Amino acid sequence: MLFQDMMLKLLNYWGEKGCLILEPYDIEKGAGTMSPHTFLRTLGPEPWKVVYVEPSRRPADARYGENPNRVYQHHQLQVILKPSPENVQDLYLDSLKAIGIDPLKHDIRFVEDNWEAPTLGAWGLGWEVWLDGMEITQFTYFQQVGSVNCDIESAELTYGLERIAMYLQDIDNIFDIKWNDNITYGDIFNKAEYEHSVYSFEKADIDTLKGLFNTYEGEAKKVISQDLVMPGYEYVLKSSHVFNVLDARGAISVSERTHYIGRVRNLARIVANAYIEQRKEMGFPLLNKDGVKND
Amino acid sequence: MTKSYLLEIGMEELPARFVGDTVNQLKSNAEALLKDERVEYSDITIYTTPRRLTLIINGLEDHNTKVEEKVKGPSKKISFDDEGNPSKALLGFMRGQGVGKESIIIDEVNGEEYVFVNVVKVSKSLEEVFATNMENFIKKINFPKTMKWGGKNLRFARPIRWIVSILDDKIIPFEFEGIPVSNITRGHRFLGNNSIEIDHVNNYEELLKNNYIIVNQLDRKDIIRYCSEKLVREKGGSILQDEELLDEITNIVEYPTPIIGRIKDEYLNLPMDVITTPMKEHQRYFPVIDDKGRLMPYFITVRNGDDKYSDIVIKGNEKVLGARLEDAKFFFKEDIKHPFEDYVNRLENITFQEKLGNMYQKSKRIQKLAVKIGDYLDVGEETKKNIERAGYLSKADLTTKMVSEFTELQGKMGMEYAKLSGENEIVSLAIFEQYLPRYSGDQLPSTTAGAVISIADKLDSIAGLFAIGIQPTGSQDPFALRRSALGIINIILDKKLNLFLNELIDFALYVYVEENGLAFDYNKVKSEVIDFFIGRIKNMFLDSGIRYDIIESIIKTQSDDIFDLKIRADKLNDWLDKEGLSDILTAFNRVSTLAEKAISNNVKRDLLTEDEIELYDSYNNIEEKALSLINKKEYDKALDILTTLKEPIDNYFEKVMVMVDDESLKNNRLGLLRKIYDIMMKVCDLSQIVNK
Repeated sequence: MLFQDMMLKLLNYWGEKGCLILEPYDIEKGAGTMSPHTFLRTLGPEPWKVVYVEPSRRPADARYGENPNRVYQHHQLQVILKPSPENVQDLYLDSLKAIGIDPLKHDIRFVEDNWEAPTLGAWGLGWEVWLDGMEITQFTYFQQVGSVNCDIESAELTYGLERIAMYLQDIDNIFDIKWNDNITYGDIFNKAEYEHSVYSFEKADIDTLKGLFNTYEGEAKKVISQDLVMPGYEYVLKSSHVFNVLDARGAISVSERTHYIGRVRNLARIVANAYIEQRKEMGFPLLNKDGVKND
Repeated sequence: MTKSYLLEIGMEELPARFVGDTVNQLKSNAEALLKDERVEYSDITIYTTPRRLTLIINGLEDHNTKVEEKVKGPSKKISFDDEGNPSKALLGFMRGQGVGKESIIIDEVNGEEYVFVNVVKVSKSLEEVFATNMENFIKKINFPKTMKWGGKNLRFARPIRWIVSILDDKIIPFEFEGIPVSNITRGHRFLGNNSIEIDHVNNYEELLKNNYIIVNQLDRKDIIRYCSEKLVREKGGSILQDEELLDEITNIVEYPTPIIGRIKDEYLNLPMDVITTPMKEHQRYFPVIDDKGRLMPYFITVRNGDDKYSDIVIKGNEKVLGARLEDAKFFFKEDIKHPFEDYVNRLENITFQEKLGNMYQKSKRIQKLAVKIGDYLDVGEETKKNIERAGYLSKADLTTKMVSEFTELQGKMGMEYAKLSGENEIVSLAIFEQYLPRYSGDQLPSTTAGAVISIADKLDSIAGLFAIGIQPTGSQDPFALRRSALGIINIILDKKLNLFLNELIDFALYVYVEENGLAFDYNKVKSEVIDFFIGRIKNMFLDSGIRYDIIESIIKTQSDDIFDLKIRADKLNDWLDKEGLSDILTAFNRVSTLAEKAISNNVKRDLLTEDEIELYDSYNNIEEKALSLINKKEYDKALDILTTLKEPIDNYFEKVMVMVDDESLKNNRLGLLRKIYDIMMKVCDLSQIVNK
């Protein structure tokens, strides 16, 4: 199955199950969870169902485009179901059927894995889903987001699209994935992988980035205090990404690292509370909206 | 006719590591419940699969047992007025119990008379027992980590999706946070029916089996073991036994089908752990060995399902494992391009702890401390050289590609790489053994060099982290210092090492000052570390079944030789069976109480009165013998000798008044008692022993 077909099939599947099909959020981030469609919407009492593909950047995982399994940027297909429906596992397994994975022909397991994102003050309990011994999805029931307890616990499904594609296309190198019939993953991303690796590990200007981190942090705090949640959150995302680059660049000592993570987590906490406050003032508009609440 | 009750809690996949403890809780909670409700039964069975916790109680007696109970009312004093008529208090009590005046009985409790009535209570029916109790029964189960889901007001290890509650063939419903409670269960996720009616408790196992669920965990374990062995026997091998892995696998499948996969022969050139670690830790596969214990190019994965399409499943698993082993092969090839020693310098790039410097500094400290411990133990020249070398190389593998990727291989790779670089066996083994014991009950270092490096590594961490104020508090112990201290204690006891804690800690702290220039409040930190060790020693002795008072008694001697403390504890434990112990303890307690007031243990013979001479002479008679026994660590025999003083002590106190006004006389008498006390304290503090 072609990469783009697989993506579309999953988007359509979840769309048919009542999820909004949204676009990636246009700011650099390390995981689909960081999109406001997840981070903010999983807070508070309002229901929410969404699916989107999120290009996710992990500068430390960059390998100059030479490693068959690791890359600077990969694609997560992210599903949020809030509240988590009773049959959420079945819905998930059916989504695998939608991309041609017949559970009767494979060994599918839910193996304990407790997800945590220290920079977001977020954690949950759940599993890695294994397909014939390979992890293909992170399945989490959120318990806390932005250091705030979840009113309504969401189920988060994060599909590692490249992994699944490599399995379905029976190939050993990520860059050989067929995006469509003619163009491979490597054709699209290999050069960028190389460049991002050079930048993250060798060229990124440490002083500039440290300055940017401080600027973004300050701007985030200022903007949030002016009740502008979304612009504020965008600066939280930017500061998080800058931190990741600095980290990959080896510019941050172990203790500084804890400190930086604490600063981002603090921002995430402030924005989480501001968001809840804002929605409350708006009267939690999605609480009574048809088509979001129930199947 | 007896009945059976069945409760099945249907969940999403329960973490395997929770299962063992949960089974115990279910059993003991059920026993307690049935006892409280006075229900008779014959046996309790607990079954678990990843998706269900099942309680079956057989042989339930369903008759309404009548139980007579004596209920206490108000005191007689306030129950009747002057004319002997019932007071308001008594009338209220009778109304509450539903009885008339004729049922009243008067009985005495602690010297006061009270009103009583005999009431007959009928025990609940079985239906009532289970209908009213099972909600709490489920909520009472504890897990190491719990979660909420779907907005329910409930915490559990993973979401509960259904509950079966039946008495023989009858549903016993109860309200449970909107989760269905019925006689409907679910079969295997893919192979079974998603809605199975349990028509009778007795048919439960059979019905599930028809739906691809082996509900009895012991059966699953047998199947896994038997079928796995069968598969590998055909290849001329056997399973690399690992009971813990077997248990884990048993608890992550409902319908186990072992299948065999193959790896490329070339991987077998890698060190064994490099292959078995990804197999076991990452993939939950059983490695396969031949009759000489060498790895064979196979593995067993246990599929949660039947054997259809096994070829697809095995191909996928082979691919995943192959990718990991290919990585490992690459790392190994890269790592051995340089002599192992070259990796030591790279340790400067790895932080141990921000304030305590990098790992290069740590390995230098380990080396110094280890050599010093070798000196204390008076090891030979050869061993000392080995210790010095192993200390130097101890952390080098942390900078290799292999250990950076597979951190569980620390120590093991160090050993392999050291050997390949021509280091001797003892040095190589010590590099691995520095990490032992890794968990409670793990193997301990086998060699002196390994034991010494292990103690040095752990003690260095404890000393350093205490010096910068990062000691364990409550449940917080991020550097696992408690486990490290326990490890040190276990090694010392196992190897029967005579080491003095004071000296050890002194030197460990001193190395930080010398090597790192670390500044801290030396005396404060030292006493904190000593207290920390004493706390661990107490806990460990308690866990090994030594009585609390014995531990206190030997700790009070201020001995800081851990192995010696253990000898004392064991000897004292046996000695306390002695006849007439109680009187001996009483006598020595009197001595202790007064001796603590003494300013010295000087005794002037010419100040002794006639009544004091007996004790004085008796003491002098035994002193030398007792001290020699103490030196030989024959503490029980020393106590035998010391306690011959019991009679003279008793006589002494009968005739002599110690706390007299005459200061010199008083001090002389206290001095004599102090002598006895001092020598007793060289063995143990008898005043800590509970006198029953």
